Amino acid sequence: MTKQIYWEDVEAGSEVPALEKNPTTQQLVRYAGASGDFYQIHYDKDFALNNNLPGVILHGALKNGFLGQMMTDFAGDRGWLRKLSVQYRGMDQPGARVVCKGKVVKKYAAGSEHLVDCEIWLENAKGEKTTIGGATVILPSREGERA
Amino acid sequence: MANKYVTDEVRKQIGMQSEARVVEVERGAIRRFAEAIGDPNPLFNDEAAARRTRFGGMIAPPTFGEFRGLDGGSEWEYFEPIRPGDRISVVSKIADIRESAGRLGAMVFITVETSYTNHYNQLCAVQRSTVIRY
Repeated sequence: MTKQIYWEDVEAGSEVPALEKNPTTQQLVRYAGASGDFYQIHYDKDFALNNNLPGVILHGALKNGFLGQMMTDFAGDRGWLRKLSVQYRGMDQPGARVVCKGKVVKKYAAGSEHLVDCEIWLENAKGEKTTIGGATVILPSREGERA
Repeated sequence: MANKYVTDEVRKQIGMQSEARVVEVERGAIRRFAEAIGDPNPLFNDEAAARRTRFGGMIAPPTFGEFRGLDGGSEWEYFEPIRPGDRISVVSKIADIRESAGRLGAMVFITVETSYTNHYNQLCAVQRSTVIRY
């Protein structure tokens, strides 16, 4: 398990460690099976081409899953992902690298919880944001550690 | 200005909810989902390692069990972890219906709120999706 980050370690502007993904057609088939989304545009090239797509494309929910992974990695075992929201802006295809990125936009306490709001997105090789969203994470505090 | 489509009659549907659908969460399904994403986090894969965390055992990744259909994007809020063996009761309700004038004419926004509650009656997650109709 990775090193735990504490609320005191981050500030507005801090980067969320990026997560690189190199999705393959095999991954799309696995995701179709695991999620139950069997829409053919995600694994049948002929079907995708006949639907005016450039080929098979990533499930939006898979990209959401990548962003979720980045955020649970960031939260660590002692943190908790409270909110995750995404909006899809563009298509991504297997065989092309995508990178999940994020940064802290707000740091605050509410009751006994220490929270950070993050802006998150998924970028293609051209640097275009094909998925954008936001996340709120509860992080452990060193204050709590001493209490 | 009076609403063209979202009349008082239509707004009566706000609060209407679906029958509960119960989903049993299998350990293997959690593992396969994490594998499909390519997420090696032991919390989602390794019971022995997960037992040493404050969760006391494996949990599901936050995006586990996502549903297609409303895939224009959505917002999730998480409260309690979903664990292997949980029986999750899924209930959708119409949270809001509103109309606004856009460039292409009137647009109707329907917000659906889906709650995921475990068999101890603990609220695990709430998902909000908004569908737009022209």
